[in-house]
Amino acid sequence: MTSTLPLASFTRRHLLTCEDLTAGEIGALLDLADTAAEVNRQINKKRDALRGRTLINLFFEASTRTQSSFELAGKRLGADVMNMSVSSSSMQKGETLIDTAITLNAMRPDILVVRHYAAGAAELLAQKVDCSVINAGDGAHQHPTQALLDALTIRRAKGRIAGLKVAICGDILHSRVARSNINVLNTMGARVCVVAPSTLLPTQASRLGVEVFTDMNEGLADADIVMMLRLQRERMQGSYVPSSREYFHFFGLDQEKLARAKPDALIMHPGPMNRGVEIASTIADHSRSVIRDQVEMGVAVRMAVLEAMGRQLPNR
Amino acid sequence: MRKNGTGGRETISEAVTFINARLIDPASGRDEPGGVLVKDGLIADLGGQLRRNAPESTRVIDCKGHLLCPGLIDMQVFTGEPGQEHRETLKTASQAAAAGGVTTMVVMPDTEPVIDQVALVDYIQRRARDNALVHVHVMAAMTKGLSGEEMTEIGLLQRAGAIAFTNGKASVANTRIMRNVLLYAKDFGALIVHHTEDPHLSEGTVMNSGEVATRLGLPGVDKAAETIVLERDVRLVQLTGGRYHAAQITCADSLAVVRSAKARGLPVTCSVSINHLALNENDIGSYRTYFRLRPPLRAEDDRAAMVRALAAGEIDVIVSSHDPQDVDTKRRPFAEAADGAIGLETLLAAALRLYHNGEIALLPLLRAMTVHPARLLGLPSGRLEKGAPADVILVDLDQPWVVDKAQLRARSKNSPFDESRMQGRVLLTMVAGNLAYEYSGAGRG
Repeated sequence: MTSTLPLASFTRRHLLTCEDLTAGEIGALLDLADTAAEVNRQINKKRDALRGRTLINLFFEASTRTQSSFELAGKRLGADVMNMSVSSSSMQKGETLIDTAITLNAMRPDILVVRHYAAGAAELLAQKVDCSVINAGDGAHQHPTQALLDALTIRRAKGRIAGLKVAICGDILHSRVARSNINVLNTMGARVCVVAPSTLLPTQASRLGVEVFTDMNEGLADADIVMMLRLQRERMQGSYVPSSREYFHFFGLDQEKLARAKPDALIMHPGPMNRGVEIASTIADHSRSVIRDQVEMGVAVRMAVLEAMGRQLPNR
Repeated sequence: MRKNGTGGRETISEAVTFINARLIDPASGRDEPGGVLVKDGLIADLGGQLRRNAPESTRVIDCKGHLLCPGLIDMQVFTGEPGQEHRETLKTASQAAAAGGVTTMVVMPDTEPVIDQVALVDYIQRRARDNALVHVHVMAAMTKGLSGEEMTEIGLLQRAGAIAFTNGKASVANTRIMRNVLLYAKDFGALIVHHTEDPHLSEGTVMNSGEVATRLGLPGVDKAAETIVLERDVRLVQLTGGRYHAAQITCADSLAVVRSAKARGLPVTCSVSINHLALNENDIGSYRTYFRLRPPLRAEDDRAAMVRALAAGEIDVIVSSHDPQDVDTKRRPFAEAADGAIGLETLLAAALRLYHNGEIALLPLLRAMTVHPARLLGLPSGRLEKGAPADVILVDLDQPWVVDKAQLRARSKNSPFDESRMQGRVLLTMVAGNLAYEYSGAGRG
């Protein structure tokens, strides 16, 4: 990667939330990620921006794509990457999150990528360690790199973000992806709608700066982007929605509902998908589906974030 | 909200003119001499011009000055179909309904199996279409198996024809589930009908608590068991905005809760059963199990409060709460007997007692059994107006008769009105333009 990008605008030590990212910061990260995407399509993907640095992936929740995406991004930038997952960690033996943080801190990592099931966990860690912390998902709060990779995917496909209508559909209540995307897309000037049954909408959702719908046909009208969210299995059995069958009938993305969106609307999903629950199989594999592009851009965005943060690391 | 079909009866082609009637339409307040022309299952015309002159080539029915009004809509009918057909089937219940002037009955999901799936709603509708004399609508379960734990497919059930949703004879104890059901149902505009009774307070009780229970040595339930759940539900309605109907209120305290909810503009309505309007706990006498009901019969002051509230329009609907129980469940010691009483066939006659006693005027009384439930359920019936379904009944307001349970059409005979003297009876019941019942005069009525 070249180092000629306007990164002066991203000078944070941690990336914990999208709530306070500026359009300038997001734009700079996406520009850098565009470059990383080009690097990733070359045969030699290895760069040395993080040579000598140590990256720890600390995952308290199972994750395939986010963890491997961060691992690849770190390795392509030359960092030493270590994966710690909950099954092998001391947390299983009763250690508190803060004790784990203090232990890890003593090993002098440079960047800690953390996913935790509790909202606010990344921020708590950031207060206790000396290294940079990247939030890779904390409860139903934030998942900043997901929102950035979604923004990158949209920008590359549509050439812009501002002015687009984005419909985020599904389990908004429990979704950190939704919250992060609402922040980033609003900051970048998109018009954001959320669509869900009332039981899966957070209270006062409209205060996040979105239009709220409980009917897919209304919410998807003239959308440029249809972003589907995963419905977790334990939410399908009667406490939030009655069944996956009913959920698919009223909120699953199928050809009929997609027809309400613009003819060139993009279909997105952060994965992993439940085919036949929130998205019909034919739609997941649709020519306008950019779900695989999202995965590719995930590596690029994480390289951009790691590189940008690497520049903030102390050099002593 | 999707309107359900009508139980599927085919309409007859023969046009009928009712002449010389006293037309009463509780919806508009109409009360005047006139006639009604019925064509293709609908009310084609009505008014004073038809009082003496029927159009040619129609069958003429001379009402002889008797009252012609919309057929009754009964929002709470338990049958035994499927699962307990020895107690009642859709067919026998509909025969009782027709004889009682009920042209639409809403059947409850408390069957075996519980009506909590699309295929079962479909089953009831097909059985009703093939066997029932009156319109039958399904009130589906709002939680799976009525267990109060997981909500049912409210959206798909509604599309299949379920007209409202209920937890049957049990309250949902889990407040979070109740909240989520109300919230979810709101997206579909679905009406939630809830029996309000705290399960812990009422466990093991068999009647109203008070002097009578004390003298009889029976475990009584406090009225608060009803009011506590109702108050909770009203808070949840306020939180969620869901449409809520209290399945039965029986005491002045509950009335105050409903009154205050309505005053705040909340979408809250309520029913009272005919039993709680016409009877009180003293009727239990010496352990008469036909008077064992749930919610239980209350003291006279609460009964009187219910009647006054009905007259004032504060109670929206009267239901029969028809609940057939056989000798196997009723001929037992009071504390071991089942709850419930039949009521379809005696609903109107028992209600007219209140009218004859001067406790309530005719129009508000009829409203609670016609246009009010019709509006709540989104039905086009319950009105005497052009274009409405020809669901009409002809009633002799004054004819005296004595209830004989052996003569009642319900398959089970657990009527609390057995041997009661009534004044007023249904002479004719028309459902969608078809004659569903005609009083034959002497003998079996």
